[in-house]
Amino acid sequence: MKFNNSAGLALVLSALFFAGCSSTGSKDGEGASVEDGSGSGAMTMGASQGGSWSGSELDNPNSLLSTRTIYFDFDQSTIRSEFIDVLRTHAGYLNSNRSVVVTVEGHADERGSREYNIALGERRANTVKRFLEAEGVDSTQINTLSYGEERAAAYGHDEVSWAENRRAVLVY
Amino acid sequence: MKRLFFLVLMLGASLQANAALTIEITKGAEGALPIAVVPFAWRGDAGRPPPHAVGEVVAADLKRSGRFKPLSPDEMLARPTRGEEVDFRDWRALNVDNLVIGDISPNGPGGFIVKFYLYDVFRGEQITGYSMPTTARDLRATAHSIADIVYETLTGQPGAFATRIAYVTSQRQGKDQEKVELRIADADGYSPQTIVSSKEPIMSPAWSPDGRKLAYVSFEKAKPSIWLQEVFTGKREKVSSFKGINGAPAWSPDGRFLALTLSKDGNPDIFILDVARRSLRPLTRHGAIDTEPAWAPDGKSLVFTSDRGGSPQIYRVSVNGGKATRVTFEGKYNARASYAPDGRTLAMVTRVDGQYRIATLDLETRDFRVMSTGRLDESPSFAPNGSMIIYATRVNDKGMLAAVSTDGRVQQRLRIQEGDVREPVWSPYHQQERIR
Repeated sequence: MKFNNSAGLALVLSALFFAGCSSTGSKDGEGASVEDGSGSGAMTMGASQGGSWSGSELDNPNSLLSTRTIYFDFDQSTIRSEFIDVLRTHAGYLNSNRSVVVTVEGHADERGSREYNIALGERRANTVKRFLEAEGVDSTQINTLSYGEERAAAYGHDEVSWAENRRAVLVY
Repeated sequence: MKRLFFLVLMLGASLQANAALTIEITKGAEGALPIAVVPFAWRGDAGRPPPHAVGEVVAADLKRSGRFKPLSPDEMLARPTRGEEVDFRDWRALNVDNLVIGDISPNGPGGFIVKFYLYDVFRGEQITGYSMPTTARDLRATAHSIADIVYETLTGQPGAFATRIAYVTSQRQGKDQEKVELRIADADGYSPQTIVSSKEPIMSPAWSPDGRKLAYVSFEKAKPSIWLQEVFTGKREKVSSFKGINGAPAWSPDGRFLALTLSKDGNPDIFILDVARRSLRPLTRHGAIDTEPAWAPDGKSLVFTSDRGGSPQIYRVSVNGGKATRVTFEGKYNARASYAPDGRTLAMVTRVDGQYRIATLDLETRDFRVMSTGRLDESPSFAPNGSMIIYATRVNDKGMLAAVSTDGRVQQRLRIQEGDVREPVWSPYHQQERIR
């Protein structure tokens, strides 16, 4: 695990401090021997998050892993070229952390009927799932869930908001 | 990132004194029939009047239908409340075709008897008259029943005033927090009551044909499931919670089956659930999206939305399955169809010049008509007498309900005080019990 600058490290340490405060010892019983946040660096974070290194790597703002949302064109579920590297990075992460499970949430903009939008959201989530599988991720590591238009990220009723709402979100 | 979920069943919701929904008529009908409904007299203790102004409720119902133009009480030359007080010349002078008068008498503790008479002003004779025992709690329902009788007597078509609407509301509560509620109100927007409250989405309410249950989709526990809930008791059960989509529940006309959308086999298809036996059979099998089923009133076929032809369109399939035939060809987006009670007309969401509007399709003449004027209209639902279509619209960035008469002549808007309102569904007839 490498960090390119001290900001990344500071973020991890603050997260680690928070984790240490909120959880005494290990709830998950996984790799946990540290009782507080003052110990051995990022290891503590991993312990209290329930997976070795996962918290810190996912939270590295310099990694493409920190990009969790990809966007789609109107009425489309094909992955735009600008998001291919993002998904490949997530695939790489999932491939090297076989116990990690991700949920891909699919969303649609508000236009049109609600149940059809649920189906559109699922199609987007499934496109992401298939992409990750093609990159070698095990299908058991990927769940999908469509919210259709029911959980907007942007609340306007114009093209700017709609573009923000046509999305798939990777939730770890 | 998992969101906390929260759900409360409101079993003992009390009647509210003030309507949280108000209705304004945005386009009135030309040629509406002039009628006068005289405020009903109270024959009991003047200090303890009945809780609702029955005559006003009747007049408001008739006005909302767009078929009638009730005279304002201010314009009345007389206010008779008994037959012998009626002088037809008073009403002929005002060009009123029909007259309704009535009174309310006490009838034991909490009880009333409402009497009303309907007259033909030009013939100068009584057409009908009823005496209706009721209670304080049911007084508004009695008023709606009077409006139904007047409407049916004069138009030949049953009224739909003594019915309810179910709808979904949402209020944002800070970032990423939302309170979503499934509510039921009288068809005039009065006495809204919450029957489900959640922090996760609630969708697609559907009345059972006897009006005693609602099916709906709830995302509680971060996945969609279909629930059936008894409207009067709040008792509910989960009937579908497969992997993937569990959506778009639609009751068969006999109430024995639910059509629903499941994606458990990889993509959304329509299935038929036998509600009592809990057995499931597939209705459609296609690699495209198939969703939003609606039963024809004769129960022999269903329509649904599919994008198997490249864009969402309405298709029809026999209740026994088999080949689906395409129903809509107008434009590139037609979705979420529902049948008029007579089975002849479909209402749906259509896209016209980038705007999403409500349209009707006459299945016999193929007449396709855009009925609404919004840009994000959705979720059309027919009144049980087929006279109106209620739907969801947006006005000034706020989700509201609107209704349009099936002939397109009358439009109205239902305002709620807080939050967004969406997914209205009009109840069937025959609801005997009140929510307690």
